[in-house]
Amino acid sequence: MSENVSDEFIGALLILIGSIISVISAIGIIRFPDVYSRSHAGTKSATLAVLLTLTGCFLYFWFTESFISVRLLLGIVFVFLTAPVSGHLIIRAAYRAKVKMAEVTVEDELKEVLHEEDYTNSP
Amino acid sequence: MINLMLITALTLFGVAILIALVRIILGPSLPDRVIALDMIGVNLLSGIAIISVLYQTKAFLEAILILGILAFISTIAFSKYLERGVIIERKRKR
Repeated sequence: MSENVSDEFIGALLILIGSIISVISAIGIIRFPDVYSRSHAGTKSATLAVLLTLTGCFLYFWFTESFISVRLLLGIVFVFLTAPVSGHLIIRAAYRAKVKMAEVTVEDELKEVLHEEDYTNSP
Repeated sequence: MINLMLITALTLFGVAILIALVRIILGPSLPDRVIALDMIGVNLLSGIAIISVLYQTKAFLEAILILGILAFISTIAFSKYLERGVIIERKRKR
């Protein structure tokens, strides 16, 4: 398309770095011992991977066809806002459903607070 | 060169989806599976972005936004089901 190769190279490099970070996050989700540390791997680095990939795609379309995609920008903002929120909600539900922690866990500070206010499951 | 980099990135995203699929199959609890499903949705989203770069088309960019919204809503619904037992609550009788 364009005669300048180095502009497209930046976008493709960002996409490649994002895919490598995604594989690292997948290794974290298979290797960690309990659900809390698994969500730590699966929420943070997967979000970073998808943000890098979408930014690379946006830069690629900007440099090659000089097309600024508002939909892609909206997708970046939306993923950046909602991925930590969904991770927080599912881990909160897992703690309330009393999923076991790993054996190496040292301290559980939330337990005393929750037993203090006598959380009941039915509304 | 750039084509090779894009195809390598697509393959790496496929590897990540396969590993998350292993976690869905042997995950001991339901939140494990929901987290892995959320991660698969997010990785599919970036796979669509790479495919739209490979095909040099701008027709798939709406699908990225829609898939992000659907992954968020499904995770919220699952977490509400796990915490309360219902997803949409009834009006309280008085």
